[in-house]
Amino acid sequence: MPSSADSVSAYLARRARWSPLEIAFWIFVFATIWLFPGKYLIMKDTAILALFALSLDLILGYAGIISLGHAAFFGLAGYFSGLIAKYGIINEPVIALICSGLVAAALGFITSFLVLRGSDLTRIMVTLGISLILGEIANRYSNITGGADGLQGVDIKPIFGLFRFDLYGHNGYIYSLIVLFICFVIVRRIVYSPFGLSLRSLKGNPLRASAIGIPVNRRLVAIYTVSGGLAGIAGGLLTQTTAFCSLDVFSFDRSADLLLVLIIGGTGYLYGGLIGAVIYKFLQDWIATLTPQYWQFWIGFVLVVIVLVGRERVEGWIAAVREFIVRLGGRLVERPATVGGGAGPDGH
Amino acid sequence: MLTILFDGVAYGMLLFVLACGLSVTLGLMNFINLAHGAFAMAGGYCTVILVNRLGLPFALGLPLAFLVTAAIGALLERTLYSHVYARSHLDQVLFTIGLVFMSVAAVDYTMGSSQQFVLIPQALQGQFIVFGIGMSKYRLLIILVCGLLTIGLQLIIGKTRFGSRLRAAVDDRRVARGLGINVGAVFTLTFAFGSGLAGLGGALGAEILGLDPTFPLKYMIYFLIVVTVGGTSSITGPFLASILLGIADVAGKYYVPTLGAFVIYTIMIVVLIWRPQGLFARSAAR
Amino acid sequence: MPILETIGLEKRFGGITAAHDVSLSIEKGARHALIGPNGAGKTTVINLLTGVLRPTAGSIMLAGKDITGLLSHERVRLGMARTFQINQLFLDLTPLETIGLAISERLGKGSDWWRVIGSSSAVTGEIVEILERFRLADVMHTRTAILPYGKQRLLEIALAFACRPQVLLLDEPAAGVPEVERHELLATIAALPKDVTVLLIEHDMDLVFSFADRISVLVNGGLLVDGAPEDVAHDPRVKAVYLGEELDV
Repeated sequence: MPSSADSVSAYLARRARWSPLEIAFWIFVFATIWLFPGKYLIMKDTAILALFALSLDLILGYAGIISLGHAAFFGLAGYFSGLIAKYGIINEPVIALICSGLVAAALGFITSFLVLRGSDLTRIMVTLGISLILGEIANRYSNITGGADGLQGVDIKPIFGLFRFDLYGHNGYIYSLIVLFICFVIVRRIVYSPFGLSLRSLKGNPLRASAIGIPVNRRLVAIYTVSGGLAGIAGGLLTQTTAFCSLDVFSFDRSADLLLVLIIGGTGYLYGGLIGAVIYKFLQDWIATLTPQYWQFWIGFVLVVIVLVGRERVEGWIAAVREFIVRLGGRLVERPATVGGGAGPDGH
Repeated sequence: MLTILFDGVAYGMLLFVLACGLSVTLGLMNFINLAHGAFAMAGGYCTVILVNRLGLPFALGLPLAFLVTAAIGALLERTLYSHVYARSHLDQVLFTIGLVFMSVAAVDYTMGSSQQFVLIPQALQGQFIVFGIGMSKYRLLIILVCGLLTIGLQLIIGKTRFGSRLRAAVDDRRVARGLGINVGAVFTLTFAFGSGLAGLGGALGAEILGLDPTFPLKYMIYFLIVVTVGGTSSITGPFLASILLGIADVAGKYYVPTLGAFVIYTIMIVVLIWRPQGLFARSAAR
Repeated sequence: MPILETIGLEKRFGGITAAHDVSLSIEKGARHALIGPNGAGKTTVINLLTGVLRPTAGSIMLAGKDITGLLSHERVRLGMARTFQINQLFLDLTPLETIGLAISERLGKGSDWWRVIGSSSAVTGEIVEILERFRLADVMHTRTAILPYGKQRLLEIALAFACRPQVLLLDEPAAGVPEVERHELLATIAALPKDVTVLLIEHDMDLVFSFADRISVLVNGGLLVDGAPEDVAHDPRVKAVYLGEELDV
């Protein structure tokens, strides 16, 4: 197997290219707009959850930061986008969404310094604490936020002045899908870039990363900020598509359920959040029809079982299913985790 | 003002009894048990059933809450927790969150979602006026009971053989095993004891903190703050941290009502910035 | 002007002095070995040099520049790289990715988040060159975690080398390497370019005496002897230390 600079370049380039399976995936996703016309609302919620999970995967799966309070970004941007719509500060939803994302990213930047210090426990503390503090603030200033009743009177103007948010959620769903896709493309670029590779090295061995010249903290601050921003965009989407925002955007349940979504779907390979979101929503729908009130019990049960069985084993099953699908046609986003015959420049 | 101090001390000592089990578990087994609050809730509901429904005297309800919760703790430790000790922190977090969700939903299902009140005996209602300070009798009881427990804990850890085994196991698990200390048994006993204390705290605290199925989630952050600020390498650390937080919270809510809840959060953040390993921890932090 | 110099370097941990008055002067291109009995403080010296530890006293000069206050990754940027006694590798990455990462960082492309890694032919050319130099080309796509130990050790050194340092600090490179793989490792070290200065910590005396042109002996945190290999080999104090006799240091 002759190794030359060109074949290495070719290998790396091919690895980063969109595989046929990925393309098929996204074609199918967009086709759902026409395939399931009665299900826009739940599909839209799934898309938002997928984006939210993708943002957490960036820090959890790629940088190894455990966050128990990702809802902080979701909620902050959610309220922000609601308020600027309500008071007519920014009327164009797309611009409002970007601004909300930036606000959440700013929160990420500010709090990243706290999150980087100390152990896993302090990280859990800090992230949890921040989401609780924000929730408390939203509760306290109910004259602005509407408190427990939620933010009322949010009026979202049509996108580009043309596409109105209708009751069936048709435009809302397309809007959410497009936003999800754009964010996904950006995250995908990050993951395959030198920056993304350095993140994976940070997660595996921060000592060595520092010893080869990587400014560890700077990278972590950067990715935490981006992650916060994306989570914020998800939160803004929710407010814009429902014209409503309430205190539960900050709830611990939201952060905990997000972790579950990622665990179900698998971390560190981009599609985990998306697949996890679909499975989670499906489960929620199914269990809600069986035992409406005790969804929380079953979530807890699933979490306990997954941990006891072993996440690696669950991930192994997911990986086996993926391998199977991969062999059926094309390549999914590749992880160099294949034992023995790792993919070489001349083929799989 | 001294009443505020008194109330704050009572609240703080209650927090300590509730949280010290968590601190020991974390320091001993490097295990993040977010379900700790569930044991407190169990103790509270246990007392509610025993005292309110079965008519047992309050004085009996408290120790029974301790025993029942300790038993549950020992059972769960042997059957479930011990499988998760060696796992990553993320796994521990997920596991214990799962347990919290299950326990919250289970209690909601069996006992309903409304707040429960323990029937407090007549003798404990009302307050003493001592030197112009209003001391609620119930809070006085809390201070007494928790104070005795704290002293007892210090004695057990410092003066008994079990205590030295525990300290050895905390310091270095492998070496302790090599010395013939049955580390597994130490873990189980300690976990059971810590859970029992949480249960007792939950029973005592039902009157002050409010008891409903969301208790573990509501108070999770408080226990975590106590452990973070106080560190996990001693008993005195969390004790002082609890008192500090108790007084700060009560005083904050009284003097600055609009921002009262933020006092605790602010302290937490300040401490985390200044001393990430805790205010009172040994410098050799894990 | 020596390329690497320490002046009165000292490190205390509470009551314990791990290193005191360590003054080294290493010329460019030197092959300098640091030896001494276990616990003498050799790894402490490396940790001080690379910024993992802060000295309680003394200073460190790299190519005439005072680097005592700099963080680890900043020192790497200035041309100092190290290997670890126990492999510190990125277990989930392949050698290709590992070396590629180091090269990207060095070329300043580390924070580039838009371009695909490997899109620059300068980078890929260098990746291949280093992988071949360190005999890792045949395993370049294998996950590090499953590489044989000898290959991992080679990767350990290759990674530090990929930073193109002026000064390369090797912390017991032969440690734990089985006999059959030692030869490959030693040959690779011997073939390092002459313009790279190498500071080697080792217990393997064959390696030390075949490789080094200058040896420093560290005992109980202090420098005992510093000189040419023949002089050190015949120094009675050194013999006494290694044979365990009492010594007035």
